[in-house]
Amino acid sequence: MSATPKTSKALTRRSFLQTGMVTGFVLPSTVLGQPPNRARPKAGDWLVFDGGEKSGERITPALLELDQRPVAALAKEPETETLRDGSRLNRVMVTKLDLARLDNATGDLTADGVIAYSAVCTHTGCDVTNWDPDNLFMACPCHESKFDVYNNAKVVGGPAPRPLALLPLRLDGDAIVIADIFQGRVGFTQQF
Amino acid sequence: MSATTRLALFLPALTLFSLLSTAVLAQNLPPYMSVTDARLRNQDNDSWLLYRGSYDSHGYSALDQIDTDNVANLKPVWSFSTGLREGHQAPPIVNNGYMYVSTPQNHVLALNAVTGDLLWRYVRYLPDDLQQFHPTNRGVALYGDLAYLATVDAFLVALDALTGEVVWEVAVEDYYNGYYMTMAPLIVEGVVMVGVSGGELGIRGFVAAFDAETGEELWKTYTIPAPGEPGSESWPEDTWKTGGVPVWITGSYDPDLNLTYWGTGNGGPWMGDTRPGDNLYSTSVIALDPKTGALKNHHQYHWNDSWDWDEVSAPLLIDYERKGKTVKGLVHPGRNGYLWFLERSAEQIKFVDANPYVYQDVFTSIDAITGRPEYDMTKKPGTGYEASFCPSLWGGKDWPPAAFDPNSRLLFIPANENVCSTMVGEEIEYSPGRAYMGRGTSDDGGFFVRDGADHIGELQAWNVDTGERAWTTTFESHNWGPILATAGDLVFMGGTNDRKFRAFDSTSGKVLWEYPTNSGVIGVPVTFTADGKQYVAVQSGWGVDAQREQNLINMTRGSDTYVPQGGVVWVFALP
Repeated sequence: MSATPKTSKALTRRSFLQTGMVTGFVLPSTVLGQPPNRARPKAGDWLVFDGGEKSGERITPALLELDQRPVAALAKEPETETLRDGSRLNRVMVTKLDLARLDNATGDLTADGVIAYSAVCTHTGCDVTNWDPDNLFMACPCHESKFDVYNNAKVVGGPAPRPLALLPLRLDGDAIVIADIFQGRVGFTQQF
Repeated sequence: MSATTRLALFLPALTLFSLLSTAVLAQNLPPYMSVTDARLRNQDNDSWLLYRGSYDSHGYSALDQIDTDNVANLKPVWSFSTGLREGHQAPPIVNNGYMYVSTPQNHVLALNAVTGDLLWRYVRYLPDDLQQFHPTNRGVALYGDLAYLATVDAFLVALDALTGEVVWEVAVEDYYNGYYMTMAPLIVEGVVMVGVSGGELGIRGFVAAFDAETGEELWKTYTIPAPGEPGSESWPEDTWKTGGVPVWITGSYDPDLNLTYWGTGNGGPWMGDTRPGDNLYSTSVIALDPKTGALKNHHQYHWNDSWDWDEVSAPLLIDYERKGKTVKGLVHPGRNGYLWFLERSAEQIKFVDANPYVYQDVFTSIDAITGRPEYDMTKKPGTGYEASFCPSLWGGKDWPPAAFDPNSRLLFIPANENVCSTMVGEEIEYSPGRAYMGRGTSDDGGFFVRDGADHIGELQAWNVDTGERAWTTTFESHNWGPILATAGDLVFMGGTNDRKFRAFDSTSGKVLWEYPTNSGVIGVPVTFTADGKQYVAVQSGWGVDAQREQNLINMTRGSDTYVPQGGVVWVFALP
């Protein structure tokens, strides 16, 4: 082909919202700064229920039962009590596992067996909210990807290309805090 | 404005024009032919300008160079890899030698329709926090000198058809709240209309219209009435705010009535008992005035949906015979498994008749006057109540469009027979942008094939005047193949899990030609001419629900059928 193909790039919805413009030029988000509720969870953040009767309440191991359907949770910055609910990529699903069935490395990333995985599927970014109680697999309602909660969210079915990212936890007294940033990339990977 | 300023503005435009001229000349392409209202109203057989070729959604071409006698000689003349995975469902839109192909992840490829050489590529960088229930796009629309794309992050984008440069783009809604778009826009007299997806995400569906030149929003008509509006009594309490009812397939247009006809999707959450009532205008056809957006009339195919039977396919505008009279009709092979014949007029959409075209065990009767079905309530899943039903949640026919041959009077339906679903509802709390289906886990995975079934996929032909089936061709595989019919007495369709793209004798259903492509063909086929020669074009690229159903079939049958992914545009012609 003799002609040079031309590639144009689009602006994102969020870019538009940040500048309040309908059309035209926008500033990158790095210039505008990131609101704390959009920042990813970090060490020292609290872990709180996201939805349900206990929504907003700090999670403790005693509030969860072994091998039950994961519950939605979010990180909360303790000093300003900012809930990190400004990005879907911050959503995690939390369940309580039997430490004896986990390898030591994975067990160290839990808070007395309580483990948190990114809620965002690595296939096309849907929330992984379903649960296979017979096999203890998290499942995506969009395209049937399944993840083994006892095996670092390894993909055991469906089109997801990678495991869910793990958010390390630790105990802080009776309650749970975030121990580190996500281990692994959160969400899907843009093709091309 | 100073002279310097004017020059500064002029120079980029000059440079652009220079590049553009070079590109077009190098491609041996004719000057770009603007898309006018007259061209959209009068189907030009040399081009394929609309999602279904014509406003009546027939998916038919009068081209007949390729026919039943010579189709066995059909050969690929070029192919082009899109470099993307997931569902490639869009028709290649062709305007006098220029081809426009949209892909998953909202790329648009502009290609020389004869050589397959790339003119430009639009790449959309999607937000990291986007979720894609349906990673696909179903086509661009052309008008004037622009190409229009509805995006999965809920933007409407206008591209310069010659360069791919963004002319304008507007946010139609906020993807963060579950809104997204996969459909090809419908354009009538400078009004660009789009509907939104998100029936599984707690949206309130709508069709919105924008000025083709400026992107200014002209009107927005919700598919769920607000309190006090007609039909609002069919939604209890605040359920209307998050009741779904998406519109995700391009509408039809009747220039004589100046009405657009759109199919609407499921209510949300999926279980009907969460929103007692008929839930207007879910699972319906609605008629909208393209100038004002006024909802002129409607017909609801089935009420209080609990089966995820979106009725989003726009009805085909077909005038058919009934009892010795010609009926100005709307014809719709429903996801609910019934073939609906309606009558359209400025005043109303009137029920004529409906009969099942696949095994359906939910409807016990249909009112002869109103067309309202009654249900076997044991087949209607609810919150905490598990029910099995046929056809499956993907219906007798999902989104892949049917086609109509006005000469043979045959309607061609890409159907799925013998597959059923089991569903149980569970309580769910609304949270913006999160899945809002309320579907629990069933022991059998929620999907099964009927005992004794020897096939799933079907290509059916129905005579619209007699209402009788003319023939059926069956496939062991399920079928997700959109249909093209031509005056060469041919029907083109892929849709099966064996990568085949096929041509059928439209009078008998016999397979006359088939070609194994790179992937499964779930794209909409089109045909066009260049320099007097007929071509057939289609995208091959398996994904979305075709892939999802394959997973469930594999689980049910213990099979391991693998369909490779990756999109390729194919163009075929006679030697």
